[in-house]
Amino acid sequence: MKRITELDGSIRFFSYSAVGGYEERRGPLGEKFDYCDDSDKFGQKTWELSEAEMGRISLNIALSKAKLSHEEIDILVAGDLQNQCVSSSLGLSGFGIPYIGVYGACSTCTESLMVLSSFMNSNKEIKYGAAITTSHNSAAERQFRTPIEYGGQRTPSAQWTATAAGSFILGREGNVAIKEYMPGKIIDGATSDGSNMGAAMSFSAADSILSYFAETSYPISHFDYIITGDLGKTGSNLLCDILKKEKPGIEKFHIDCGMLLYDFEKKDVHSGASGCGTSASVLSTHFLPLLESGELKRVLFLSTGALMSPSSLLQGENIYGIAPLIFLENINL
Amino acid sequence: MDISLKKELIKKYSPKSPVLKDVIFAFFVGGFICSLGEIIFYFFNSLLSVSEDTSSIAVTLILIFIAAVLTGFGIFDNIAKYAGAGTLVPVTGFSNAVVSEAMDSSSEGLILGVGAKIFNIAGPVILFGLCSGILYGIIYYISLFI
Amino acid sequence: MNDIISSVLLAFIGGGIICIPAQLLIDLTRLTPAKILVLYVCLGVLLYGTGIYDYIFELFGRGASVPLIGFGANIGKGVKEAVENEGFLGILSGGLTAASAGISLSLLLGLLFSVIFKTRQKRM
Repeated sequence: MKRITELDGSIRFFSYSAVGGYEERRGPLGEKFDYCDDSDKFGQKTWELSEAEMGRISLNIALSKAKLSHEEIDILVAGDLQNQCVSSSLGLSGFGIPYIGVYGACSTCTESLMVLSSFMNSNKEIKYGAAITTSHNSAAERQFRTPIEYGGQRTPSAQWTATAAGSFILGREGNVAIKEYMPGKIIDGATSDGSNMGAAMSFSAADSILSYFAETSYPISHFDYIITGDLGKTGSNLLCDILKKEKPGIEKFHIDCGMLLYDFEKKDVHSGASGCGTSASVLSTHFLPLLESGELKRVLFLSTGALMSPSSLLQGENIYGIAPLIFLENINL
Repeated sequence: MDISLKKELIKKYSPKSPVLKDVIFAFFVGGFICSLGEIIFYFFNSLLSVSEDTSSIAVTLILIFIAAVLTGFGIFDNIAKYAGAGTLVPVTGFSNAVVSEAMDSSSEGLILGVGAKIFNIAGPVILFGLCSGILYGIIYYISLFI
Repeated sequence: MNDIISSVLLAFIGGGIICIPAQLLIDLTRLTPAKILVLYVCLGVLLYGTGIYDYIFELFGRGASVPLIGFGANIGKGVKEAVENEGFLGILSGGLTAASAGISLSLLLGLLFSVIFKTRQKRM
């Protein structure tokens, strides 16, 4: 069976936005964020609502950049890191737009774009749809690790959950099109260490990359970049090692969003950024503008997700990885 | 790719903790907290002539209080980031676990939020401490008759 | 004056040494902090029961009693004294009695501070 679905190039990025917190503003991409809140609270009482509000703000910014009213959006596809995706439901409830909640852990950004383009591909009546992804450091720490004020040490392989949101409005016009998408497989990450997720996810990224190139027979150099979501330093090294035999030279094309969001020189980043907001905000602040301007022509974009829950980790189950993939191209070049 | 190969790769690429640096930090911070305890003990026991037992309790309570306040102001976690076991193992670690859990869950209400989750980390410590105490008590009780 | 300086120094050394195995466990085995706390408390009861704790305490003073080993030893001591004074019932009452002041103050402060203070976003 074919894993890749080809699209006709009519589904384009119409508008996009990124919202972040204190650390994101101070990262290398800080100035390109549309809005950052130094308190990380976005005016809310709880961290969970802060994440929800972040998603709402980012969609509003994307709408105003596109000069669209929310009534013109036919469908929302959104996801986040909280239990039952409650941040998306709470944050987007006010828009009154038909909504599909998706969960792919940190792969949510690609997953939501894939689901949305599938909808828009099968129903040409849909003029505009939006995909929203959020993650919040404090909300995630509370849920997955220890209380925020708890004094613990992070291991060097640990990653920093980004407080970031990205919204993408897909329409029928624009320069950058989604040309293909390919869902990921659930791949055993061979570790139950919750602070080594980059390593656990690298196997799924390798699987998706190998399957993609096996099915399309493109050379790697067909693309300017192969972008992974949040493998971090540890996971990126692992990925390049896994692929070095079958795809020699991969390290020249591979780039990881988790290594772009924070300043490794100045901050105690450990292995890099993680959380689904990482790939969403880096796509929105970095790669889409580069594609738009023509500096990049074609990229493969795979957000990587670590599939697990706090109880599955306590029960000693392995972390499973998933890496859905989309092919983005500036088609007016 | 088979699991054992994956595990090998993970082991190869996962960075190791800076053990020597961590141990030195833990030694000095842990040592500092204990010597602070000794000074408090000296103050009560020698200067105020309080009994040894009461002075010991005073040391524990004052250290618990200091750790709790540092947790409340959001300072404790920034110290613990470097100190590791140095702040964890002294009674300060217990206090931080209780207060941080309580603060963290206040948004979920006083009863099922703070009331239940305050024991998340402290609960096991109290449970297993008391139960091993009971086990010791039984052995000691029997030994009195032998 | 020399007495106090040497006892403070001994507390420093003893407390520091007791923290080292815990740090090694964190770094080398990825054991979670909660498990290490439990381990230390149980170890304290064991050390007290076997009589080893008395030697450590004699030497290091607060360097032995401030770490959670001291918390465990305190429980052991409470149980022992309660068994001697009250007999069988002491097995159950001794431990909690001995640990009551520390536990009560932590819980009280936890409740109080959960109302007064708000959590702050961690920084890198």
